[in-house]
Amino acid sequence: MRSGDMKRWLLSVRGIFLKDVRSELRTRYAVSALVMFVITTIAIILFSLAHEAAPPEVLSGMLWVVIFFGAMSGLSRTFVMEEERGTAMTLQLLAPPSAVYFGKLLFNVVLVVALNAFTVILYLLLVAGFVVRSADVFALTMLLGSLGFASAATIIAAIIARANTKGTLYPVLSFPILLPLLVVVIDATRSATEGAPLAEAGGAFQFLISYIVVLTTLSYLLFEYIWKD
Amino acid sequence: MSEPLTVRAEGLRMVFNRRVIFDGVHFTLGATQTLLISGRNGAGKSTLIKIIAGLLTPAAGSLKFSGEQGIFVRQSLVGLVAPYLSLYDEFSAEENLQHIAAMRGLPYDRDRAHDLLRRMALFSRKDDAVHTYSSGMKQRAKYAAALLHAPPVLLLDEPMANLDGDGTATVRAIMDEHRREGLLIVATNETGDVDRCDERVDLNALR
Repeated sequence: MRSGDMKRWLLSVRGIFLKDVRSELRTRYAVSALVMFVITTIAIILFSLAHEAAPPEVLSGMLWVVIFFGAMSGLSRTFVMEEERGTAMTLQLLAPPSAVYFGKLLFNVVLVVALNAFTVILYLLLVAGFVVRSADVFALTMLLGSLGFASAATIIAAIIARANTKGTLYPVLSFPILLPLLVVVIDATRSATEGAPLAEAGGAFQFLISYIVVLTTLSYLLFEYIWKD
Repeated sequence: MSEPLTVRAEGLRMVFNRRVIFDGVHFTLGATQTLLISGRNGAGKSTLIKIIAGLLTPAAGSLKFSGEQGIFVRQSLVGLVAPYLSLYDEFSAEENLQHIAAMRGLPYDRDRAHDLLRRMALFSRKDDAVHTYSSGMKQRAKYAAALLHAPPVLLLDEPMANLDGDGTATVRAIMDEHRREGLLIVATNETGDVDRCDERVDLNALR
């Protein structure tokens, strides 16, 4: 890529990201769905637990169940809304596929990090038995887990945007792709609740970084074929 | 000095679900020339426009812009107005133009944007959300969006759709101006929409 093209490409990525942010602030399509979903799911968990003391591994798993289904209810909007409103073709006309992919990925990263921060705060406040004893392991797990979620969600959203059964297809397609990530982040979250030192969770973080790099690279390479025609 | 802009199509063929839409489309268009694409409903006029705009890939054949290089070639060269393109309904006309410039990776030229909105008779409504516009106003807004980056190649698919008498006259004036400076490609059933053309592709004869 020539240097002039590179600068323009970066501006284009920023333009797509800012358009999505302003669109979200105006319509609140994704944020409303995500927040309501998280509150509802945590309320159901509290009702089902009643005053029982669940073990940390169960509570860690439940946290990621909330995050998984919360993310599934809102992260597909980036591409689905473009298709439903008929603006996907306009976007194809305005920016090269790689700029569209990274603009949408950036928006999903911001959205999923904000969602996860909200979910974790609510979960820590309301679920009595869930105590984080190793803050650094927990923070890194949440950060890398969020990035992995955003990377997977972006490419799956692009794939399902043109299908007729978008709503149901999204979590179904996401699950096998996110399963390795979920297994590792649930385990790392359990380690954080048990007070494991950072060095002990090193293997999990190496896996998460590899997962993000591989998935983002593959998505970047394949996106043009998904996005065009 | 850069070479003059030309668009050359050789043996374009398009197939949907094993059905041949058209086959053997050839044309060469140079600066200040106009191409008229005609054909009955379903003949593939919009499909051919999409191929020229880079939105579809032909099943066979090639379409080249002279001196084509870099990843923003089509985005820089082409402006398209078509019924299947939509603006962002939640934004106003001016916000749409701002975002369109940003997504193209270009600075927003406020003076040019305002000139275009005035010309398309939208300036007084530039701050209203596009979802409050009539279909004719949306069509006018699409012209402002397509012309914002001053593209040398203007592609118009059913250019007069939803426009009233004043809108039609404005679009005719835009077409005349563009003919003097760049390349104009028009797909329409109404051959009266185009006063004169240098090349013509009749898709009825290319199935």
